[in-house]
Amino acid sequence: MALATETPDTGFRLSMLIYDTRFRAITIQVIVLILFLLFLGWLVDNTIQNLAAKDKDINFSFLWNRAGYDIDQQLIPWNNDMTHGRAAIIGLLNTLVVAFFGCIFATIIGVVVGVLRLSKNWLVSRLMTVYVEAFRNVPLLLWIILVYVVFSEIRPAPKDFRITDEMAAAGTAPAAHMNLWDSVAITNRGSNIPAPLLDRPLGGFEVFDVPINFSVLATLAVIIASILANRAFLRRVRAVQEDTGIRPTTWWKSLLILFVPVSLLLWALGLHLEYPVLKGFNFQGGIAVAHSFTALLIALSLYTGAFIAEVVRAGILAISRGQTEAAFALGMRPNRTMSLIILPQALRVIIPPLISQFLNLTKNTSLGIAVSYLDLRGTLGGITLNQTGRELECMLLMMLIYLTISLIISSIMNYFNASVKLKER
Amino acid sequence: MKKSVLLGTFAAAALVSGMASAATLDDVKARGELICGSNTGLTGFGAPDANGEYQGFDAALCKALAAAIFGDASKVKFVPTTGETRFTALASGEVDLLVRNSTWTYSRDNDLKFDFVAVNYYDGQGFMVKKDLGVSSAKELDGATVCIQTGTTTELNLADFFKANNITYTPVTVADDSEAQRQYVAGACDAYTTDASGLAASRATLADAENHIILPEIISKEPLGPVVRHGDNQWGDIVRWVYFSLVIAEEKGITKANIEEVASTSTDPEVRRLLGLEGEMGAMMGLDNNWAKNAIAANGNYGEIFEANIGTATPIGLARGLNALWTQGGLQYAPPVR
Repeated sequence: MALATETPDTGFRLSMLIYDTRFRAITIQVIVLILFLLFLGWLVDNTIQNLAAKDKDINFSFLWNRAGYDIDQQLIPWNNDMTHGRAAIIGLLNTLVVAFFGCIFATIIGVVVGVLRLSKNWLVSRLMTVYVEAFRNVPLLLWIILVYVVFSEIRPAPKDFRITDEMAAAGTAPAAHMNLWDSVAITNRGSNIPAPLLDRPLGGFEVFDVPINFSVLATLAVIIASILANRAFLRRVRAVQEDTGIRPTTWWKSLLILFVPVSLLLWALGLHLEYPVLKGFNFQGGIAVAHSFTALLIALSLYTGAFIAEVVRAGILAISRGQTEAAFALGMRPNRTMSLIILPQALRVIIPPLISQFLNLTKNTSLGIAVSYLDLRGTLGGITLNQTGRELECMLLMMLIYLTISLIISSIMNYFNASVKLKER
Repeated sequence: MKKSVLLGTFAAAALVSGMASAATLDDVKARGELICGSNTGLTGFGAPDANGEYQGFDAALCKALAAAIFGDASKVKFVPTTGETRFTALASGEVDLLVRNSTWTYSRDNDLKFDFVAVNYYDGQGFMVKKDLGVSSAKELDGATVCIQTGTTTELNLADFFKANNITYTPVTVADDSEAQRQYVAGACDAYTTDASGLAASRATLADAENHIILPEIISKEPLGPVVRHGDNQWGDIVRWVYFSLVIAEEKGITKANIEEVASTSTDPEVRRLLGLEGEMGAMMGLDNNWAKNAIAANGNYGEIFEANIGTATPIGLARGLNALWTQGGLQYAPPVR
């Protein structure tokens, strides 16, 4: 009896797209894809038609027009004669600087709190629980506003720092004074910190009105060279240790390698600090850090730090208890066990969720608008959008930029993750 | 089957979105109420009172418009908008018109596709500072920190003024008037700048108003007025003429109190045309013949609205100045009803 399961070889028929299980899955996917593309096309077409009905078009040429407004925090030179495009870049840099420091501080806070929350000390672990729960369960916006209001309501106004002639004669002290040996002034508007200045700078050049400073480049180059030299030195020490079993003293040699060259360079350039001085309405000189930046940074770090603490705690708990016991059995102290045995293994669990925390923090910087922080949302998505009336263009551009930043962060972190994950050979 | 349902939904959505640009008057009538874009809260111009009802100089114009359309001044819904959201709200059809201290500028008129139909308040940008700052002129503000509302013309004027006078400042950009006030009072900025009328309104709400002064410099022209979407001329004409009817009423001495008496006794042909006793003026705009009578009866004439909300007898205490009638040396002038 011939087997009926043998498929007759009749070639491809159109009905097979539906009735043949080999093709059906693909057919359905293709149809869904076409429908989805049609929907997208309809959305775009509808938008363009409705804009046309209002006599509007999609046009990005406003980016090259004069902006005409001022921005208080600027990492590269800015004045109101420059273009909307440059204002967007100023805003982008403001976003990036707060996101960069935010990620660093949040990670430090998160790791410390996450470890301490597992502490056997009842008080410490409970305190950390309170911190984590308080910050995780209250909206970030409220924390940002709270920190900002605390700064602006509690600190004295700049004029309270002034010593008038009568006060000098009477010998009375002003209502407020500067902190840290008269170097830092924290007013209700911002913090003025000393600025590093050079007597004999190396000069520089400008690219697109962005000054490139040779002195900074030289300093960075020396620092990197010192770090590389120190690593080479430590490698040699390790080789000696493996050969002879005796580790030579390294700490003062490392310190010399790391700090002497850069100190010499800065001394040669004539580094000194410019201190803020009360002049007119405000403190002048030094670096002025607005409270909007400080408040945003503190609130973002503490808030995201609470989430990272939970990620770190989960990572540590994922490592088998046997690892700790084995380390103790070898005579390791608890903090060396944590830093040498547990954390390196926990990193594999920690990093993937850490990536999304970094992404959250970066996107959350757009809440800075609540405290008048002019980030990308404040310049391109705020003032530029309003003054030009190009809502759709600004929003699309802004989404594209945030998307790009997020993709860059996740690809960097994925690369890092690949380097620490378990190597299977 | 599924596909046709989907397409039907799309078609319906397209129809709805297309309707926003159709005749606004028909939409308003069909809806049974007027939606007026107002301030989030600027005392004297447009701010909710203790009962949550919008009151003020701008709000009164919306009520007069509702009265002209429906014969009932209460058929108006106020939607609070900020400096940032107002034009988007108007362009998208979320509000029928915007009466919110908005400055008439070239680019808003042409690039944003709006029509400014009238100027109900001629204003200029000023500065408010604390008295103990010891400043008597805006030109002494070199190095000062200045609070400004974002998304406004004042932002650009401020930059121009400091540049023209070769002095510097630090901007503190805030979203709305109340936040600006909070920052100014907390001392986060030395000066607060916005339209002089808005400064007077803000100053009136401060607990220690006498410790704050408005500097003499007026650094810009700020003609404030009602805004409608470009392209619906009938709707623009209605808003414009409802406003003009209030100005004409003041000129002719028609008040909220005496309007019935004037209507029954007046022999002035223009008054009779305005109040709908002669001719078919209302029909030309698609309204009832007594549109202007209802509008005036709602809150009184332009002068009455001014004095009741922002005039010298109120805490805001603004003099008529440029906003007096043309017959009294001001700029408020309405074309004839003919």
